[in-house]
Amino acid sequence: MILDSKIPEGPVAEKWDKHKFNVKLVNPANKRKYDIIVVGTGLAGASAAATLGELGYNVKAFCFQDSPRRAHSIAAQGGINAAKNYQNDGDSVYRLFYDTVKGGDYRSREANVYRLAQVSVNIIDQCVAQGVPFARDYGGLLANRSFGGAQVSRTFYARGQTGQQLLLGAYSALNRQVAYGKVKVFPRTEMLDLVMVDGKARGIVTRNLITGKIESHSAHAVILATGGYGNVFFLSTNAMGSNTTAAWRAYKKGALFANPCFTQIHPTCIPVSGEYQSKLTLMSESLRNDGRVWVPKTVEIAERLRKGEISVNDIGEADRDYFLERKYPAFGNLVPRDVASRNAKLACDEGRGVGSTGLAVYLDFADAIKRDGQAAIAAKYGNLFEMYAKITDENPYERPMRIYPAVHYTMGGLWVDYNLMTTIPGLYAAGECNFSDHGANRLGASALMQGLADGYFVIPYTIGDYLAKMPYDKVPTDHPAFREAEQAVIDKNNQLLSIQGTRTVDSFHKELGLIMWEHCGMARNEEGLRFAKQEIRRIREAFWSDVKVTGVGEELNQTLERANRVADFIELAELMVDDAQNRNESCGGHFREESQTPENEALRDDENYAYVAAWEFTGVGNEPRLHKEDLEFENVKLTQRSYK
Amino acid sequence: MAGSNPNAKPMNLTLKVWRQKNRDTAGQLVSYPVKNVSPDMSFLEMLDVLNDDLEIRNEEPIAFDHDCREGICGACSLFINGRAHGPERGTTTCQLHMRHFKDGDTITIEPWRAAAFPVHKDLVVDRSAFDRIQQAGGYISVNTGGVPDANEIPIPKTVADKAFDAATCIQCGACVAACKNASAMLFVSAKVSQLALLPQGKTERKTRVENMVAQMDIEGFGACTNTGACAAECPVGISLENINKLRREFIVAKATSENVA
Repeated sequence: MILDSKIPEGPVAEKWDKHKFNVKLVNPANKRKYDIIVVGTGLAGASAAATLGELGYNVKAFCFQDSPRRAHSIAAQGGINAAKNYQNDGDSVYRLFYDTVKGGDYRSREANVYRLAQVSVNIIDQCVAQGVPFARDYGGLLANRSFGGAQVSRTFYARGQTGQQLLLGAYSALNRQVAYGKVKVFPRTEMLDLVMVDGKARGIVTRNLITGKIESHSAHAVILATGGYGNVFFLSTNAMGSNTTAAWRAYKKGALFANPCFTQIHPTCIPVSGEYQSKLTLMSESLRNDGRVWVPKTVEIAERLRKGEISVNDIGEADRDYFLERKYPAFGNLVPRDVASRNAKLACDEGRGVGSTGLAVYLDFADAIKRDGQAAIAAKYGNLFEMYAKITDENPYERPMRIYPAVHYTMGGLWVDYNLMTTIPGLYAAGECNFSDHGANRLGASALMQGLADGYFVIPYTIGDYLAKMPYDKVPTDHPAFREAEQAVIDKNNQLLSIQGTRTVDSFHKELGLIMWEHCGMARNEEGLRFAKQEIRRIREAFWSDVKVTGVGEELNQTLERANRVADFIELAELMVDDAQNRNESCGGHFREESQTPENEALRDDENYAYVAAWEFTGVGNEPRLHKEDLEFENVKLTQRSYK
Repeated sequence: MAGSNPNAKPMNLTLKVWRQKNRDTAGQLVSYPVKNVSPDMSFLEMLDVLNDDLEIRNEEPIAFDHDCREGICGACSLFINGRAHGPERGTTTCQLHMRHFKDGDTITIEPWRAAAFPVHKDLVVDRSAFDRIQQAGGYISVNTGGVPDANEIPIPKTVADKAFDAATCIQCGACVAACKNASAMLFVSAKVSQLALLPQGKTERKTRVENMVAQMDIEGFGACTNTGACAAECPVGISLENINKLRREFIVAKATSENVA
């Protein structure tokens, strides 16, 4: 298989316009003859489904939640980037493009990222027209802020609920198409397989989560917008239901999976409080603008603190180690996410962590409160302080917050070409589900931008080029390919239900998560990855012989839902480890201990690893086949990051 | 199960949980003792632990809706000791922590009760009526592309902030569950207000309110009698002002109606 990224010819700034002219169009009167399936209704899925409905296609949209509006995009806090340059501070499409490629540590495609920056401006216009209530200045125009260390103010926001407001905008556009009869929504319906006919994606098999009924849906093209796979770690900031099943089952049908080891770990989350912990809550990293990160200087003090013999406020300045300020005097507490996260883990691994578990560092606002007053700090971070107090029962105005890193976003995903088509003809991937735009590390406020760019402005153009060459004929759902796929899904469910072992689904998920966090998390090395691979294989075998799934398949059965998802996470985990093992360089969120500078900073290896690693499925338990897409940089100059 | 607070003592509780096999069978409250509950657990984590025990004993775990567990998706929906989302104001069930209960407490957990929200199973209800109300008019009719530059529509900050406040509804259904009439007025009014306040939404404001209210009635929600229970129990603080706004919008629309009979 030769990977063809289908990047258009010509200068980067002209590629998208040229491509839009060159793609084939479907005659307006013929669009109604094509059916399109969209799986997932977050920012990418809802915006794609609505826009394709507006264009005249027949769209079926699927989500496992009880309403499309509950997709996890709803939880994004910070904002959405766009190169509007409303602040007259030197922003441009080119600068957003450059920042994104650099921020991704040079492991993304220039052409895709440039297009993303181009359409970013249209997204803001679209959202405002839909009634999204972005923050505004007193003159009535849109407000912006600088986010995640960017040198310009290009982030649009709606208080700390930007994802919610953008998703509600896309949901409203979707509802309008439902009212027109152009989109049919299937809530509480989970995709469990992809159906291919003559080598093309022609439909999906789903399970109705209320009745348990297995059903087939036929279409001319299928779009997966099913989000990321952060829940492979069990504990993450993802929603409980976020899963990899749709993408994974497409992988097993032949779609390549790219850069699976690229995960983003967010430094400012509320730490784990006990074994029962079900998820982690993120707090905006804007907190690091005023908070100072520290741990006790010695293991001994940390131990006394953990035992409750002394309290945090008993520890004097001389006994505190403000380790980010010490190691990175130029950037201090504002070093990038991966650097802040890794150093927090290091401090805890040394035995200097705080809290009863020892897996936390302090984020201290005492100096900021002394400098600016409590009222000023409350005005900036009041809602975050409240959230922290609600969860931990501690008052962050009086004692430092405890924070710890948590898995937040996955840059890897299904490999797609410039048209966002996977290696399976007619199967597209949009949003976090694909690997395309963030390289090895995503910039703050860029996830929302990419989801909406893919759904509103990219796929609606590129899918026409594919459909224009397709006959109108529909594949009936009694076609043998559908029957076979349905049977395979039913068999798998029956197998899960029949094992009747001794361990719960969650116990396997938690065990897997700990292995991944320890050996394929913030830092990875050859030995740990080898160990993890063995462990994952052991967990997989134990799962398939000892899992207990209660109930039956023909009714609402949340245990069966989780069992299917965890089975796929276990398989994906092994691929992540393979990918991390293969990439013997440090880049972005992927830190290989073998590849670091004398000062223990990440060391990229452009000579050997400036490629996208795209993996082909060869059977469960077999070694996957690696395909490389070489990355070429014609506009951006490759440099090593330095925050000293 | 030590929590972050070394002084927090684990609790023993009795849960009375609504169990119902499906839409067509009758349900009942079933008692479950739960032991060693950490005060730092969230309410849903407490149910997770109980479900783990039930699974190991080969009993069916309790079905309940939940997803983001950070108070924003609106999926969780428990009626706890007679109150939507439990005893804490301004809090969804997933953000409610066990430290608000006492050792020895009996806690009754029921699904939302409303004719328009039939029970699927145990604590899981069907809230699709809300989606259908949104589909009846909860949008501004613009296609993707072909819209003006975002800053060509200046909106006074006070108006934008008010619209934002209304737009933060999480569509959980607590307002309906809290209302003795099972009215959906607070939910419908939040969307009507948001879009009626914004200049972009004014073109369709009359048909929107007429269509959304008509759909609300079709779905079988009760009438509003201004008790204010909805706003008191709303986890995100949607204000009763929105209901006033809806009434004004509705009267003006009906008085000058162009479209809807």
